Amino acid sequence: MIRLFLSGDHPQSRVLAALLLVILVTLAFAPFLFPGTRSLETAARICIFIVLVASYDLLLGYAGIVSFAHTMFFGMGAYGVAIATQRMGTGYDALITGTVAGTALAAVFALGIALFSLRVRAIFFAMITLAIASAVGVLVSQLSGITGGEDGMNIRIPRELTPAFRPFDEPVMGLRITGRHLNYYLVFFSCLIMFLVLLRVVNSPFGRVLQAIRENAFRAEAIGYRVVYYRAMATVLSAAVAALAGAVFAIWLRYVGPATTLGVEIMLDILLIVVIGGMGTMYGAVIGTVVFVLAQNYLKDWMGGASDATSFLPLVPDLLNPDRWLMWLGILFILSVYFFPSGVVGRLRGKA
Amino acid sequence: MSEPSLETRDLTVRFGGHVAVDQVSCAFRAGELTAIVGPNGAGKTTYFNLISGQIAASAGRVLLGGADITTMTVSARTANGLGRAFQLTNLFPKLTVLENVRLVVQARRNRGFNIWTTAFSHHELIDEAQAVLQRVRLSHLAQQTVAALPHGDQRKLEVATLIAMKPKVFMFDEPTAGMSVDEAPVILDLIAEIKRDTTATVLLVEHKMDVIRSLADRIIVLHNGELVADGAPETVMSSAVVQEAYMGKELTDV
Repeated sequence: MIRLFLSGDHPQSRVLAALLLVILVTLAFAPFLFPGTRSLETAARICIFIVLVASYDLLLGYAGIVSFAHTMFFGMGAYGVAIATQRMGTGYDALITGTVAGTALAAVFALGIALFSLRVRAIFFAMITLAIASAVGVLVSQLSGITGGEDGMNIRIPRELTPAFRPFDEPVMGLRITGRHLNYYLVFFSCLIMFLVLLRVVNSPFGRVLQAIRENAFRAEAIGYRVVYYRAMATVLSAAVAALAGAVFAIWLRYVGPATTLGVEIMLDILLIVVIGGMGTMYGAVIGTVVFVLAQNYLKDWMGGASDATSFLPLVPDLLNPDRWLMWLGILFILSVYFFPSGVVGRLRGKA
Repeated sequence: MSEPSLETRDLTVRFGGHVAVDQVSCAFRAGELTAIVGPNGAGKTTYFNLISGQIAASAGRVLLGGADITTMTVSARTANGLGRAFQLTNLFPKLTVLENVRLVVQARRNRGFNIWTTAFSHHELIDEAQAVLQRVRLSHLAQQTVAALPHGDQRKLEVATLIAMKPKVFMFDEPTAGMSVDEAPVILDLIAEIKRDTTATVLLVEHKMDVIRSLADRIIVLHNGELVADGAPETVMSSAVVQEAYMGKELTDV
């Protein structure tokens, strides 16, 4: 059963297996374990970013393709939902239409980019994706009639998914369930399914070909695989999953704007997470995302506490001042790359 | 005589002003092992690259089983029965020995675009790969990563992947290059075994004269990109043009 779900790709390390199990259980029971709004936001963000990063890992870690257009596909899914709900009104049909349309658009875009530019050298492909992503970013902020411009768009979702909805009169396990929690479980389960699908894809015959191409594209072609088609397929799959994650993100946030989905910062976050977690492992996306999102959201708080606790020492409180959190995040990143060149997961699997 | 399984007609490639392969016309038939000889820089490997598609021809044609494959991609030529082993070992270094062969079997059986099933559930591919490894006596190393293998075993694996392709035309580019005296016979036995199958066409680039004598049915000689001699081994080796152009000098090295 486990073999079926994990597609035979076992963690191969007791520590890693334990960490993954803790993360799974924590995310599954997050609303009950951490009732606060902010924790729930963090948990949902972790779920979505795991899928977003895992879909990028399919491209970078498995197929060996460097792309800077991943947030563009993420944004297409998110804007798809926003524009569909604005045009069609609030309802599940609008959510589904938006998700499907956004994902289809992302897939078509990815196919176009792939077939036109995957034949060129890797560095040029990366540049082309960067150019296209920037162009789309500018378009989105300029076409305010359709996209809401820099302000973004608020999304009206069905009442059952909002905090105003109370399905039960009595609290369940000490928690007063609202539509917000239902929305969280929509996020959780769709992200879990998408992650398992990605895990299946990388362990399929197709996934093996991608790894072969990453290892030695010349040889892959010589033994009979048309490399450009496989790379194109990987680009399309990765874009489609990113768009689905974007749609889920939009439904969760009930808002979409250039900064939350299309921004360069998010692209950089994805790259950092893939590298921290370990390229080409899928589980690296899980570990990396949890470390990164927690650091991003709570490092300031922890540093505030540490700064107060060390207030009697010279210099230390200043170094730990919450305003310095970005510096510490940078240090954390440098250390992790230095000590875990193959990522946390690579290290745990003993392939450092 | 039967229809040639592989043929080149006026095959030419120019790099700038330099003509690396110059109007080479030659037909290869099933059941025949042809050795391609010539001094370094004669264009032997370039000729191979033109046939298997790694470089594009400037002029001339390549025919496989009578069909024109001159503009076909490398992968399509492989799918049509053209198999090639490379001079410099060219494998997937971080993958296991078994996976290196399994990927070849998977390519031949056209399962590469299967994204829904797990690779480990395709037992038929794994079994076939195992059988090939058994044939080249590498079964005991199936789970090793290629990078950890000694050079001789990597060469054997290279031959194993070629066998797994089940091609109609086998192309070997110096299969024993860099191998020790004890290891080379294993490879040569494998080639001899392939040769016994009368449906196979074998092309062999080789420097070692003893190897050529024991295996070749026919020798063609390339010199400065041109085909200068073609015939039975004893005739070619004794011909004046070959002695002058290349053999005399090269033979003393062996």
